[in-house]
Amino acid sequence: MTQALYSRTRSPETEKEKGGGGAAMRVIVPLQGVVQGRGGLVLGSVIPCALFYVLQFYLKRHRKDTDEQNNSDSSSQNPTPRSSSYGNLSELPGLTRNWSRGLSSPRNLRGPVSVSGRVSGIVKGADSPYYVGLRRAKEDPYDELSNPNGIIQLGLAENKLSLDLVEHWLADNAEQAILRNGKELSISRIATYQPFDGLMEFKVAVAGFMSQVMEKAVSFNPSQVVLTAGATPAIEILSFCLADAGNAFLVPTPYYPGYDRDIKWRTGVEIIHVPCRSADNFNLSITALDRAFDQAKKRGLKVRGIMLSNPSNPVGNLISRETLYILLDFAREKNIHIVSNELLAGSTHGNEEFVSMAELLDPDDFDRKRVHIVYGLSKDLSLPGFRVGVIYSHNEEVLAAAKKLARFSSVSAPTQCLLTSMLTDAKFVQTLITINRERLQSMYAQFVAGLKKLGIKCIKSSGGFYCWADMSGLIRSYSEKGELELWDKLLNIAKVNVAPGSACHCIEPGWFRFCFTTLTEKDIPIVMDRIQRVSETCKLNR
Amino acid sequence: MRLIVPLQSVVQGRGGLIFGSLIPCALFYFLQLYLKRHRSHNPQSSPPSPTLSSPKLAELTRTSSRSNLFSRGSNGQVRISTRAISIAKPNDSPYYIGLEKASEDPFDRFGNPDGVIQLGLSENRLCFDLIEKWILENLKDSMMGSDDGDLNINGIATYQPFDGTLELKLAMAGFMSHIMGGAVSFEPSQMVLTAGATPAIETLCFCLADQGNAFLVPTPYYPGFDRDVKFRTGVELIPVHCRSTDNFTLSITALDQAFNQTRKHGTKIRGILLSNPANPVGNLLSREMLHAILDFAREKNIHIISDEIFAGSIYGDEEFVSMAEVLDSEGFDKDRVHIVYGLSKDLSLPGFRVGVIYSFNENVLAAARKLTRFSSVSAPTQRILVSMLSDTRFIEEYIKTTKRRVRNMYDLFVAGLKKLNIRCADSSAGLYCWADMSKLISSYSEKGELELWDKLLNVGKINVTPGSACHCIEPGWFRCCFTTIVEEDIPVVMERIQKAVKSTTNLSNSS
Repeated sequence: MTQALYSRTRSPETEKEKGGGGAAMRVIVPLQGVVQGRGGLVLGSVIPCALFYVLQFYLKRHRKDTDEQNNSDSSSQNPTPRSSSYGNLSELPGLTRNWSRGLSSPRNLRGPVSVSGRVSGIVKGADSPYYVGLRRAKEDPYDELSNPNGIIQLGLAENKLSLDLVEHWLADNAEQAILRNGKELSISRIATYQPFDGLMEFKVAVAGFMSQVMEKAVSFNPSQVVLTAGATPAIEILSFCLADAGNAFLVPTPYYPGYDRDIKWRTGVEIIHVPCRSADNFNLSITALDRAFDQAKKRGLKVRGIMLSNPSNPVGNLISRETLYILLDFAREKNIHIVSNELLAGSTHGNEEFVSMAELLDPDDFDRKRVHIVYGLSKDLSLPGFRVGVIYSHNEEVLAAAKKLARFSSVSAPTQCLLTSMLTDAKFVQTLITINRERLQSMYAQFVAGLKKLGIKCIKSSGGFYCWADMSGLIRSYSEKGELELWDKLLNIAKVNVAPGSACHCIEPGWFRFCFTTLTEKDIPIVMDRIQRVSETCKLNR
Repeated sequence: MRLIVPLQSVVQGRGGLIFGSLIPCALFYFLQLYLKRHRSHNPQSSPPSPTLSSPKLAELTRTSSRSNLFSRGSNGQVRISTRAISIAKPNDSPYYIGLEKASEDPFDRFGNPDGVIQLGLSENRLCFDLIEKWILENLKDSMMGSDDGDLNINGIATYQPFDGTLELKLAMAGFMSHIMGGAVSFEPSQMVLTAGATPAIETLCFCLADQGNAFLVPTPYYPGFDRDVKFRTGVELIPVHCRSTDNFTLSITALDQAFNQTRKHGTKIRGILLSNPANPVGNLLSREMLHAILDFAREKNIHIISDEIFAGSIYGDEEFVSMAEVLDSEGFDKDRVHIVYGLSKDLSLPGFRVGVIYSFNENVLAAARKLTRFSSVSAPTQRILVSMLSDTRFIEEYIKTTKRRVRNMYDLFVAGLKKLNIRCADSSAGLYCWADMSKLISSYSEKGELELWDKLLNVGKINVTPGSACHCIEPGWFRCCFTTIVEEDIPVVMERIQKAVKSTTNLSNSS
C-alpha cells in the first residue's frame, strides 16, 4: 500500500518539474487535502518545517565536510585564504547575532558596525609563509652597504637582471613616448576617458610583442586582447567569467601561491588540486587530472576548467606539445575550459622549446572557444610596477564580459602610451629579449651550481626566474612541519626568504622555490654562505 | 481540472499526512529556488551539491545530465558562467547606448560637423591647456625621478605597494584637503588608492555587504552605480526617491521608509550610498542633512559611503561640506563612514585611472588594501601625479581657473536652455545641469522621455542622459554635461535641441 502511494507521489512531482507553469492550481489541492485531513493542519505545517530544517542542516554539514577535505588535500595547516563562500558559512553565526542584537535594541545602538562576512576571511587570511616572508624581506631588505644583515629576497618572482636596458630606454624616450612629438601634443589622448580594455594601438603593440616573445610561432589578433591592470586581475576576471560561485578549477600542484587569492577570493570559485610528483619531474599526468576530475564530481563540485601555468611556476618546467594536445583532448572530452597562464613565455633559459597553447589551435577549430591565455608585461618585460596584464581569448562571450569588467581594472593611459612606444621599438625589444635570456641563463647556471655544491639538487627547469630545490634531506621530519621549520630557520637565521613548497600546495615536503633574478652575480656566494650555515646546523641535528 | 481530481482523491485518503508534509515542502523549496534564480542574475546561486540529486532541482540536474552526455568525447559548445552571460549581453541602458553612439561618431567643428555632440559624459575638458603645459614642462623630471640625473628605475619598474605609494597618498591627502577648502585634513594612512573611483566603490561594496545585502541610494543616481555595486558583488541597490518639489534633496523620511520596506522583504541593509555633490542633479548635502544622515546610520547601525568625487567642481555659492568634516566636528563613531574620491573629475584626468578610498575603519582598510591587488595604479602614473599634486602653485592656479571656467560654461548653458523654455534644477556643483524637459515629452511617462531622448540623439545629434537611466522617479528630466564642449558649441547645441523638439511635436501633432 505504502509502496503504491509512494510511486504515485513521485509522478505528480515529476510532472510538476516538467510543467512548471500551472503551479498555482496544484498548490491549492494538496493544501486543501491537508486542511481537510485529520490533524493534518498541524503536522502538515510542522513536518515541512522540520524536513526543510534537516535538509538545510544536511547541506551545511556536507559543505563543511568538503571544506575539511579540501584542507587535508592541500596537506597544509597554514590558513590559506579561504574561499569566500566558506568564509560566509563560518561567519553565519556572527551575522545572525548582529541581526538579533539590532532587533532587540534598534534605538541608539552604538555597537561597532561590522564589515561583510566575506572580507573578514580576507582580512585574517594572510599568514601563509609566502606572504609572511615577503613582508619580512620588505621590512628589512638586504643591502650590501647599508644593511648587510638584512633579509635577502628570494621569494619574489621579479626580474631585475635587465632593468638597466629598460632604464636606458625610458631615459631616452619616455617624454617623447607620452607626449608624442614636441610639436603636436596629444593631451586628450592621455587625460580623457579611454577604452577601458586598452587602447587599440597598445593592443596591437602587445600582440606583436607576444608573438615576438614566442618566436613568431603564433600570431595574436589584437581584437581578441583585453588589457587589465596586471595578470592578477586577468586571472580573476577569467575565473569570474568561466565559473560560477561554487564551481571549481583543476590546478596542478605545486602552483603559484597567489592563485588562492586570484581564483577564489572574490569569485567564490574552488580550486581542486591535481598533485604532480618529483618522480615525474613534477610533470602533469592525465591520470592524475582524470582522478581529480572524478573526485571533484563525486563531491558534487562542477569542474569548469583547468588552470595551467606554462612555463610552470614554481617548478619552471615547460609543458610539451604532446601534453598540450592531450590536455586539449581532455578538456574537449569533459567539455571544460583551459586557462593557460603564459606569463613567463619569454623568460626561458634552457634549450627546450616553449609551445604556447595558442599555437595548437586551428583557425577553424571551434574548440578554440575553450582556450584562454593569460599574459602580462610584469615578467618578460620586467615591469611589474606598470601593472599590465593580458587576456587573450577566442570566445566572444568571454571577451565581451571581460571588456566590461576591465572597467574595474584598467591600465593608466600615460602608461599605455609609454609602453606602446617601447613595444613598437623592434630593435630595443629584440635586444632586450636576447640579452635578458643570456643573463637569465647565466644566473640560473651559477645559482644551481652553488646549490649543488651545498648538496642541494634542483629539478631540471627551463623557464622562470627561480629554481625548485629539493631540501628534503635537510628537514628534521619528513612533513610540512619539518619543512616550515627549515623555512623559518632560513628566514630568521640565514636571513634569506624563500617560498616553501607547502605555500605552493606541493604534495611532497622539503621543496623550496628560490628566485634568483632579484640578485646580482656577486650576491650568489653570500646567499650560498647563508644557506650553508643553516644546512650545517640541520645536518648536525639529524 | 484533470489534474485536480486524481490528486484530491489521493490526498483525502490516508496518505494525507505524508503528502501534506512532502508536497508543501517541495513547493516551498521550489519557491526558494525560483526566487533565488530570479534574483537579478545572482551569481552565488546554490552551489551544486550531490545531496540535491533529487528531481526537485530541475535546473541543476539538467545541466549535469548534459555534461554526462558530453563526457564521452562529444564536441559540445563550452559554456561560460551564468554571471558572465548577463554581463556579456549588450548594454540596453540608454546611458551606454548614447555614450557608444557619441564615441563612434564624435562631433568636431571642422572634421565632423554633423557628428553627435557628447553631453552624456561627465568629463572636464575645459582646462586641458593648463595640464598640457605642466606635463610638457615637468614630465621627464617627475617620472624619472630626481633632477640630478640619477634615474631611479627601481621606483617604477619593480613591484610597488598595491594600494599606492606613500608619496602619492601624502600628495593626495594634501590635494583633497586643498580642494575641500582646507576645512578637513586627511590622514594618508587611512587611504587606499585604486585604478579609478569605479573599483573604489566596488571594493567598498565588497567589504561592507555580503551577497544579497542591500544599499540605500537616493535617486536619481549615477547610472554607473548599477554596474559598480551589483555586477560582481551581488549587492542590491534600494532606491530612495527624491522629487522635484524638494529640488531632489534627500529626506530622512524617505530614507526611513525605504529602510523599513526593505527590511520587511527580508533584505538586510548594510549602508547608504550618497553622492555629494549629487550626480546627476548637482546639488549639495547641507551640514544639517549630513548630521541627520549620520544619526540615521547610527540608529540603524549601517555604513555610509560618501562619493565626493565632484567635491572640487563647485560653481555655485553654496559651501561644500565633506562627510569627513562633519565627523571631525562631532566625533561620531567614525567606523561607519567611508569616502570615495578620485582625480577623474576635479583634476580632469580620467585617463590616469586614480581613485581613493578614505575610511576610518581598520578592517575595511585592511581588506581594501589586499583587494587593490586587483586594481592598482601604474607606477609611472603615480610618479607623475606625485609631482603634479605637490606643485602647489600649479594646483592653486588650476583649481581657480577651472572653477571660473566651469561656472562660466554653466551660466551660458543654463541661459541657453532657459531661452528654449527649459528650466534646470537649482544646482551648485558638478560638470552638468539637470534639465526639466517634461513639457516637451509627448506622454508624461518613461516612454515619452525615451522618445525625446531618441529624437535628441538621432535627429538633434546630441547625446544626453535621460532621467530614467538614473532611476529618476519623475519622467522628463535629462542630465546635460557641458564641460566636454567649448563656448562656441553652445549655440549649436541649443539649435539642435530645438530641431529635435520640433520634430517630436510635429510627430505628436500628426499622429
